[in-house]
Amino acid sequence: MSRRDVFQKAGFGLLWLCMAANIVFLGAILWFIAVRGLPAISWEFLTAAPRDAMTAGGIAPAILGTLYLTLGAVLVALPLGVACAVYLTEYSPKGWAVNAIRVSVNNLAGVPSVVFGLFGLAVFVKGAGFGVSILSGSLTLAMLTLPLIISASQEALVAVPQSVREASLALGASRWETIRKVVLPAALPGILTGVILSVGRAAGETAPILFTAAAFYLKGYPDSVFSEVMALPYHIYALMTEGTHPEAQTRIAYGSSLVLLALVLAMSMLAIYIRQRQRRTYHA
Amino acid sequence: MLSTAIENPEARPPSGPVTVNAGSTAEGETTGFEPKMSARGVNFYYGPKRALKDISLDLPPRMVTAIIGPSGCGKSTFIRLLNRMNDLVPDARLEGEILLDGFDINRPACDAADLRKRVGMVFQKPNPFPKTIFENVAYGPEVNGLRDRLALEERVENSLRRAALWDEVKDRLRESALGLSGGQQQRLCIARCLAVEPEVLLFDEPCASLDPISTAKIEELILDLRRQYTIAIVTHNMQQAARVSDRTAFFLMGEIIEVGPTGRIFKAPRDRRTEDYITGRFG
Repeated sequence: MSRRDVFQKAGFGLLWLCMAANIVFLGAILWFIAVRGLPAISWEFLTAAPRDAMTAGGIAPAILGTLYLTLGAVLVALPLGVACAVYLTEYSPKGWAVNAIRVSVNNLAGVPSVVFGLFGLAVFVKGAGFGVSILSGSLTLAMLTLPLIISASQEALVAVPQSVREASLALGASRWETIRKVVLPAALPGILTGVILSVGRAAGETAPILFTAAAFYLKGYPDSVFSEVMALPYHIYALMTEGTHPEAQTRIAYGSSLVLLALVLAMSMLAIYIRQRQRRTYHA
Repeated sequence: MLSTAIENPEARPPSGPVTVNAGSTAEGETTGFEPKMSARGVNFYYGPKRALKDISLDLPPRMVTAIIGPSGCGKSTFIRLLNRMNDLVPDARLEGEILLDGFDINRPACDAADLRKRVGMVFQKPNPFPKTIFENVAYGPEVNGLRDRLALEERVENSLRRAALWDEVKDRLRESALGLSGGQQQRLCIARCLAVEPEVLLFDEPCASLDPISTAKIEELILDLRRQYTIAIVTHNMQQAARVSDRTAFFLMGEIIEVGPTGRIFKAPRDRRTEDYITGRFG
């Protein structure tokens, strides 16, 4: 075996090890949560409200709350983010202004989530008068996920070949028709990748909803977008930091974690399914 | 500037009504027909760089005009001016006139999208949309307002037949166009173009990325389409120009060196540079 072969083998071996390390970490987290969480899971756990100072009963209001907040955030952030990305890649004149916006968007992604929480409190809860509500929480989470959606969409749009845009224009389509009917559909799989990342982020964040949406404990279910809600991440946080029955609460916290993981996974799967279907139709 | 005598020995008789002896090119050479499109004194600049110098060229109706010349001579730039594809180029500037049926296509009242419906273009590399075969061909008519399903299906079938692709794809219209071979993709792009029912077809090196068999099919198609459309084709391949065109224009460094009936250009070029190019001495 020559020197080059040895180096190549060592190189591939190193890559394999890195990959394996990732799988091990991921597997360890899933296994750990599953083992501790599974005993708590039951039909009642998934469908009932908490009882006895949150030491028994279920977490249904929190599941529902997280679903509402996440969907709300994506519903707001997706059109806003895609529109922003379309403007930046398709319409805006190239120059320092666009670069500045791009840099700001990326910086926005690095802002700590608790800062978004305070921003949401000041702007949506107080400023706009939405109160502590699903609306305020969704909007705050939308701000948080916006950079993910914008940058994923921008990359997806830039990856659509110029020749395809020219083909559309050459057939007498306007720029807008070209974007709507050719460029956006072609970029959809990439945009959905941004959505997948956003869903995970929005569903899992605690800090942004701490002051804007989440309640420690609610008797009933939310009846409008102006209702406070329980949410899984905050529920887990509350169970682990407050209350007087640590043992019972820890069990429920692990159960809730498992449910949260499953929820994020399920929502991602849905987006992945749509993405795959899109790819099959359009990308041979 | 060349001064050439009136001659038109090789052009076939036109298949439709024409105005005899009406058109005359800047070279003083009569083509015998009112040109479908013509460029008059066109200069084109990319920023400070002058890419086209005083180009005057007619596209006679129902004929194929080939534009040949070495890389970078401005032939693609020129053909893209004919359907205003260069509108998208920043810092570009056009002087002179480009006429379609006698009207300047760059006049303010002329909408680029409307122009492109009349002047279709097939590009160097096949560029089907990442959509199904049907959707690719239906796209143009749909964008231009054809909504009726049956009419649309008929238009798609006719266009695919016209592009000699129907028999190969009729059972897979709902499959992705990207699954087709390169040659099929290019014929799909031609079908897509025909579906808009243009009057002029521009081919910008349509066979540059195709194998000889696919190239032969496209050439056969162009010869067939000539009976109905006014065609301009940019090509690197001189045999191709000789095979498919009625008239040939030789471009060099942004200028037209010589233009005339294809047979005459290849058999008896009048300019030394044309002769050098077609005999392979440069380019």
